[in-house]
Amino acid sequence: MIETFFNAAIMAQAWPIILAGLGNTLALSLMVVPLGLAGGMALALLSTLRSPWVRWPLMAWVDFFRAFPPLVLLIFLYAGLPFAGLELGGFACVGIAFFLNTGAYYGEVLRAGIESVAPGQIEAARSTGLTRLQALVWIVLPQAVRAVLPDLLSNTLEVVKLTSLASVVALPELLFQARQAQSLTYNPTPIVAAAAVYFLLLWPLVRLLSRLENRAVASRR
Amino acid sequence: MIQAKGIHKQFGALHVLKGVDLDVAERELVFIIGPSGSGKSTMLRCLNRLEVPTSGSVVVDGIDLLDPRTDLNHARQRIGMVFQSFNLYPHMTALGNVTLALRKVAGKSRAEADEIGHAALARVGLAERADHRPGQLSGGQQQRVAIARAIALEPRVMLFDEPTSALDPELVGSVLGVMRALRESGMTMVVVSHEMGFARAAADRVMFMDDGLIVEQGPPAQIFEAPLHARTRGFISQIQRH
Ligand SMILES: Nc1ncnc2c1ncn2[C@@H]1O[C@H](COP(=O)(O)OP(=O)(O)O)[C@@H](O)[C@H]1O
Ligand SMILES: [Mg+2]
Repeated sequence: MIETFFNAAIMAQAWPIILAGLGNTLALSLMVVPLGLAGGMALALLSTLRSPWVRWPLMAWVDFFRAFPPLVLLIFLYAGLPFAGLELGGFACVGIAFFLNTGAYYGEVLRAGIESVAPGQIEAARSTGLTRLQALVWIVLPQAVRAVLPDLLSNTLEVVKLTSLASVVALPELLFQARQAQSLTYNPTPIVAAAAVYFLLLWPLVRLLSRLENRAVASRR
Repeated sequence: MIQAKGIHKQFGALHVLKGVDLDVAERELVFIIGPSGSGKSTMLRCLNRLEVPTSGSVVVDGIDLLDPRTDLNHARQRIGMVFQSFNLYPHMTALGNVTLALRKVAGKSRAEADEIGHAALARVGLAERADHRPGQLSGGQQQRVAIARAIALEPRVMLFDEPTSALDPELVGSVLGVMRALRESGMTMVVVSHEMGFARAAADRVMFMDDGLIVEQGPPAQIFEAPLHARTRGFISQIQRH
């Protein structure tokens, strides 16, 4: 059993491959998290415009991409669009898919944060001559982000986990590399190692999230 | 200082202001009373264009607020407003609340803004509270910070919308004290409130508003002791019972 799942010799052999995968997973996360946050912020800001010409398309957009499984979206971009003459490459497909999918989730989180700020504050700011944009930047957004920080972090955890989807378009991230090492060594140890690496990577975030959530509960009392 | 003429305001089918005229002279304190829902807040909010009248004209300190060419954000610095619910920014200190517009709208440096902000807080008796967050202040102190936020911009007019209605009775006095000092410094003020003691002592004129119209107006003694209209009489006896 130990020989099968925790084989030290195989571990030593697979380690450099897995490490390269970890590097790519981190790089991918550093791309898709800001991309999703930017998309989400754009959606949340658009949602503050009350016009029905913005509101209905926005709602449809968010619903659509929240209901669309990200794996299906990614495979469609990667393997479907070439039939329309559009070959984007794995990296670009991952970027677009995450922008669309996680942007919709971040957008809903940020929108809730913005709506949690009492509208009277905006009126007070406007009454002192601040523009709508200044009120948003200095009054609304700082409070909105603080109010939903646990939700943002929780969503970010999911996003980092979701980067393993990139393995289906052959991006050499952690899971992909572990599978490579597994097929080279005919042993599942590299998969176990990848799982351990994911855990070590995400566990501090999970702890931080718990603390934020506990603090949020305590301050509500 | 304020010339508002023929103000109508409709929210959809709801006709809230039905032709209100309001003239306020420099250094005058006009007091507005009236039942809930009669349009007092809406009227006040038309005076700094938080609400855009459906028709009519509003000129404050010579600036036509309804002219599309008017630089509204510049004009609003000249018109201070204090709200029933304080509307402070809870993530900023008292000083931060007072200096935000000084820096972002009036273009002062941080040092200049801080100096003006400290002076404004001192004027409302809160020099020692500059670094406190709104959540660490009593309601009365919060409302005084809100007044400091407005007066720091050196407005020509101050609008007060029920500034003491959300306060515990024992905290009302401190806010009224600051308003009285402001009045004595010569500030032009429009105050929506039911603090009749303050009105008697400080108001030049009291207006009674009902159902979107000014029913009658006059010196406090006349409106409170000898109102001409039955509706005014009814309203005043009602608030006196409280
Ligand atoms: N933004 C708004 N949209 C729709 N109706 C409003 C709005 N603001 C005020 N009203 C309505 O206008 C009427 C007058 O309100 P208001 O001016 O707040 O009265 P008061 O301050 O005298 O209590 C009320 O019936 C209120 O519901
Ligand atoms: Mg009101």
